[in-house]
Amino acid sequence: MTRTPRSLAVSIVALSLSLAAPRPAAAQAPPAEARPFRLGVVTFLSGAAAGPFGVPARNAAEVLVEALNAGKGPAPYAARGLGGRPIELVFIDEAGGTTKQVSEFRDLVQRQGVDAVVGYISSGDCLAVAPVAEELKRLTIFFDCGTPRIFEDASYRYVFRTSGHSTMDNAAAALYVTELLPNARKIAGINQNYAWGQDSWSDFSAAMTALRPGVEVTTSQMPKLLAGQYGAEISAIMAGRPDVVHSSFWGGDLDAFVLQAVPRGALRRTTAVLTCGETATHKLAGQIPDGTIIGARGPHGEYAPDNALNRWFRASYQDRFVLTPNYPAYHMAQAILGLKAAYEKAQAGRAAAPSQDEVLASLTGLTFATPSGDIRMALGKGHQAVEGTVYGMAKTVGGKLTFVNVRRYPAERVNPPEGVKSADWIRTLTASPR
Amino acid sequence: MSTLAAVLADGMIYAAWLFLIAAGLTMIYGVMRILNMAHGSLYTLGAYTAASLVGAWLRGGHPPLGSFLVLGAAALLVGLVVGPIVERGLLRFTYGRDEVVLVLVTYALFLILEDLVKLVWGVESYYVTEPYGLLGTVDLGPLTYPIYSGLVVLAAIAVGLALRWGIERTRAGKLLVAVIHDREVSAALGIDVSRVFLVTFTVGTTLAALGGALTAPTVAVVPGMGVEVIVLAFAVVVIGGLGSVPGAALGAVLVGLVRSAAVHLLPQLELFSIYLVMALVLAVRPRGLFVAAEARKI
Repeated sequence: MTRTPRSLAVSIVALSLSLAAPRPAAAQAPPAEARPFRLGVVTFLSGAAAGPFGVPARNAAEVLVEALNAGKGPAPYAARGLGGRPIELVFIDEAGGTTKQVSEFRDLVQRQGVDAVVGYISSGDCLAVAPVAEELKRLTIFFDCGTPRIFEDASYRYVFRTSGHSTMDNAAAALYVTELLPNARKIAGINQNYAWGQDSWSDFSAAMTALRPGVEVTTSQMPKLLAGQYGAEISAIMAGRPDVVHSSFWGGDLDAFVLQAVPRGALRRTTAVLTCGETATHKLAGQIPDGTIIGARGPHGEYAPDNALNRWFRASYQDRFVLTPNYPAYHMAQAILGLKAAYEKAQAGRAAAPSQDEVLASLTGLTFATPSGDIRMALGKGHQAVEGTVYGMAKTVGGKLTFVNVRRYPAERVNPPEGVKSADWIRTLTASPR
Repeated sequence: MSTLAAVLADGMIYAAWLFLIAAGLTMIYGVMRILNMAHGSLYTLGAYTAASLVGAWLRGGHPPLGSFLVLGAAALLVGLVVGPIVERGLLRFTYGRDEVVLVLVTYALFLILEDLVKLVWGVESYYVTEPYGLLGTVDLGPLTYPIYSGLVVLAAIAVGLALRWGIERTRAGKLLVAVIHDREVSAALGIDVSRVFLVTFTVGTTLAALGGALTAPTVAVVPGMGVEVIVLAFAVVVIGGLGSVPGAALGAVLVGLVRSAAVHLLPQLELFSIYLVMALVLAVRPRGLFVAAEARKI
């Protein structure tokens, strides 16, 4: 009975896809050099993840591509578009589940004839799309999804990820907790019941156990994604009186958890560690208690370094959208700039467009500059980026949220070495020398 | 002991929330035989309207306590505007058709309403958090609960009693029971069936919107927030028996308590607990707990 809406949804989506009018095939297009580079961008444009994730990422793509096409990027991205070739964006909504995303991906590649795809916030979508990208032999860059399994459980030729994976977030969170809360012995968790939440919690609890043997887990709550009501979970957390509660919640779920926990005093004696907390700081500034540990999945947003690229990116984004870019926007910038760096390196000063194989080869193992500092494609045989990350504590000063006790962790400190699985590596984590 | 108290308190708060949403759904099915797939969108509409109106109320410098009345008014506004438009403008053309057709029609309505919400409010999230903390908190052993949650429980009880009184003690309620029992004979006896349908759908819509409006202060109001809710509401309604308001109440309490017990005692089972209740109930009573005997036409 309760399955009816889903199966109905699936059949209706299938129906509308089959009815979609055929588009002109890529084969009829003008020669490669004159033709714009068609870039498929997949991000949430509807649903709960749109506001805090999908839309800022889309905004970043728009602002960035517009500036790059006009040749307004700072060095080393001053060339127009991709090596002189204008970039044309094709946006796709990531909402609707993995089955729909696989069809959308096929449509992007086979009918819309995109030259590359940048996309995916949901780990589930990344895991589902990766083998299809491989099958269709199209360069695909994951920009935001977090699960480490993509390049640890498989090996890909056409698939890349230009942001760090979630092991980094949780290894750094555990290091930060042991360094700044020396008396924290009891931990609890509230994470969403799917790949992202489960991986995050198992990494964090394993890292805490490695760093502080004998640490006690009072409860691990795994509500359904988008559940929205966390009353009982908050009670169960409060009842165990933990020192720290870890959460990889994001979007509306994160907002709802903070909004429901704070009035109940649940975060008064328990410090929350919010690995994706940065996206909530833009709108819930007044609600987040002082001392809450906030992550941004890398040196993004308020944690971004003060370099020319970051100043340019922030200013261009803010000019158009008033708000400052949050971490999904930074992740999008990393993906597009990574593609540009690889494309222009492959082009090697020629006027002609490089082949896809040349771009794949040059993106593999590449180091490139971004608003968040240099990114190295160091893991997954050169297909998975590593970046450093940052944690800090929220402190409201005069109604404005600021960050204190900010600590930066270099990439090699919080990422496993090449060839070692995250789950094995994190158990060997040792405390920073004092 | 304190765990038991927490299980009961959390269970009842969750049950109240579920009942507010499920009551309208089951009532619409009971009277009109429409499995309203768009019920979740009406909940979403209630939440957005409440967020906008309460936001405007507070920005206007009006007394914060008045925001509770504004939450109710938002639900009423959605019910009285959207209910009649949908019933008169769409559903009345489909009466007498197969239930599956009606599922498709209301599914289409769900898609339209979801897009309408995006058209009006965009995809950014809305916050109307003030009413949640306004009444303060109460301590229950080691736990603290906002008094607002108690207000939601009271609202659910009030809605349940009002529906019961309305159906059993008023003339309109007796007419409603007649229509539920046999639409054609009721019409033949001079009952204005289409008016009964209009009122039922409007009340059902108001209840969905009230659920959304009362939820709005505790969450970020985001597009698609009604989608997960509708799945839960369907589970509750199926457990209670499609069309039965007391059934929805009992179903909500069962689901609320079992889920809360799972969260406190065995969190690994939480996701499964609701469907466990549903499976067990349906194994014993395949049509739900409270299904009235149907008159057989000869």
